[in-house]
Amino acid sequence: MTADLFFQYLFAGITYGIMYAIVAIGFNIIYNTTGIINFAQGEFVMLGGMIAISLFHFVPLPLAIAAGVVITMLVGALIEMLFIRWLDNPSVLRMIIITIGLSILIREAALHIWGESIRSLPYFYGNEITTITLGPVRISPQVLWVLGVCGIVVLLLSVFFKVTPLGREMRACAANRRAAILCGINARNMVTFSFMLSAGIGALAGCVMSPITYTQYDSGTPLAIKGFTVAILGGLGNSMGAVAAGILLGIIEAYSISFVPLAFQDAISITILLIILFVRPHGLFGSGEAARLKEF
Amino acid sequence: MKAKLKNIVLAAAAVCLLAAPAIQAGTIKVGAIFAVTGPASFLGGPEARSAQMVVDEINRKGGINGDTIELIIKDSGASPEKAISFARQLIEEDKVLAIIGPSTSGESMKIKKIAEQGRTPLISCGAAEVIVNPVARYVFKTPQKDSFAVRKIYGEMNRLGIRKIAVVAGNTGFGKAGKGQLVKIAPEFGIEVVDAETYDKKATDLSALVAKLMANKEIQAVVNWSIVPAQAIIAKNMRQAGWKVPLFQSHGFGNIKYVQAAGAAAEGIIFPAGRLLVAEALPDSDPQKKLLLKYKHDYESKYHEAASTFGGHGYDAMTILAAAIEKGGNDRDKVRDAIEGLKNFPGTGGVFSFSPEDHNGLDISSFVMLTVKDGKFVLYDGR
Repeated sequence: MTADLFFQYLFAGITYGIMYAIVAIGFNIIYNTTGIINFAQGEFVMLGGMIAISLFHFVPLPLAIAAGVVITMLVGALIEMLFIRWLDNPSVLRMIIITIGLSILIREAALHIWGESIRSLPYFYGNEITTITLGPVRISPQVLWVLGVCGIVVLLLSVFFKVTPLGREMRACAANRRAAILCGINARNMVTFSFMLSAGIGALAGCVMSPITYTQYDSGTPLAIKGFTVAILGGLGNSMGAVAAGILLGIIEAYSISFVPLAFQDAISITILLIILFVRPHGLFGSGEAARLKEF
Repeated sequence: MKAKLKNIVLAAAAVCLLAAPAIQAGTIKVGAIFAVTGPASFLGGPEARSAQMVVDEINRKGGINGDTIELIIKDSGASPEKAISFARQLIEEDKVLAIIGPSTSGESMKIKKIAEQGRTPLISCGAAEVIVNPVARYVFKTPQKDSFAVRKIYGEMNRLGIRKIAVVAGNTGFGKAGKGQLVKIAPEFGIEVVDAETYDKKATDLSALVAKLMANKEIQAVVNWSIVPAQAIIAKNMRQAGWKVPLFQSHGFGNIKYVQAAGAAAEGIIFPAGRLLVAEALPDSDPQKKLLLKYKHDYESKYHEAASTFGGHGYDAMTILAAAIEKGGNDRDKVRDAIEGLKNFPGTGGVFSFSPEDHNGLDISSFVMLTVKDGKFVLYDGR
């Protein structure tokens, strides 16, 4: 393998990896606050892209993206209030089934509203064939946008959770819900807010990815599966772990095609997921003891 | 007085009953199963609309030999199970004369036996060769065979002096069938397939694949056999990586929306297609030109969307059936014989000549080579 090829694979892998990582972070936020695995997370990514694309016909691009993110956040809040809020101490299995059902619902609604054709936002800089040469590697500027936006999101999130009052309230809820309630934190609102935050992050990722990957009514499902894999790989609930795991998985997928036929690329990520679940279920970066203490 | 009124009412009812068959005598029922909504609506929607357009025009002109056509369209949503139940319903309950559609090869294969056993002519708009091979007496299809598309591409490669290629295909039935044909037919043209890869149809980025292929300096061209979005993604990834070799696509690229999706990366893509997309550029002596221009004009003014080769398959199915009804009337077997006997019948997909062995009726001349220039389809003239 030449040096050129090595770096080209590396960049491709990092691009996929960051996309998976962002979806995984969405999983982690909701899991941390509520213990729920939200399988509709992929649909938030799809909705963000679709809504922004529809609005782009009327308003300039930055406004369309902002509106797409906000509307998806509202959808996330609505879902939480309609389907999750009034459940009293639901079991994990019940929640999983509910969120899977929600993802199917959203997908079908998207099919009815937008049809089955593929759409995309325009490239933020340049067009479909512009490339930037970084040493031996040639990539589209959109890839740099994806990396940049996702990097900033991760950074802002860690600041948010460490420093702001709201972030700390959410962490309190995640650590011990009963104690948080006793301290006067409205746990129900924290749950709603975590859905909104996840939806917003997913939507932003969906908008930024859209020029590269295109958006279609069912583009959410494969992302949710990969995102869930990455979340487990990095330790469920650990956002930094998710980023590392995402990049790792992306790189493994990219390099795998040099010795395994491309048709097996998805099988590789699922195999890794299965191995991790058997051998080290708390993930590469999760703590075994903490995982045993959690109810999941 | 009351008795007299009752008698009058009864008499009137009797007259109506007697008259009813006479009113209905002039209607021929034709069934249609299309994937109007759902994941294959880019096929079924235009096909259903085109077929309806043909029927409306026939009826406006007084029908066929005085009979009006009633088109019963069922939306299968590309689900083979729905196609099966609709086929049974149309054949047994509605007792239609014939069925046009379904839109996809999967559905067509599922109802092939039902049509054959129900002795009802079926003109499918699915692309797979297995729909008419082995030949079933009552089953026909209008789209061209993918083996012809492959031969057309390889013929062009011979002219350009391309000998070593890479084949990439999506993991759908269409992609796998195409890849199989590409690999099988290559030796006949002296072409070597250096690398053949299948990717997931939902793949969002193929830059790793492009990097791997690009590193192999022997590869002179790439053939991609898939549906959207992969058609556009591979084009973008290749051009973004700075790889300038020719990119050939399948005849599934025949819709201007796909060119728009790929944007600037679509420039220079070469693919085989029916003549519909470049109807204006054809010489006036071309037997299809007049009907292509008329179809394009009628479809675009009625439905306000660009005509595509997919809708043309639905148009062909209905016009072929109409020509057969003209000869065979409201009789399923006579209509079947009439379809099989059609020769030199111009349609959008090509000029059809059916026979007992050939229930597709098209050959390689139904394809022309097209390319994309300035975001439009133009005839390919060899660089």
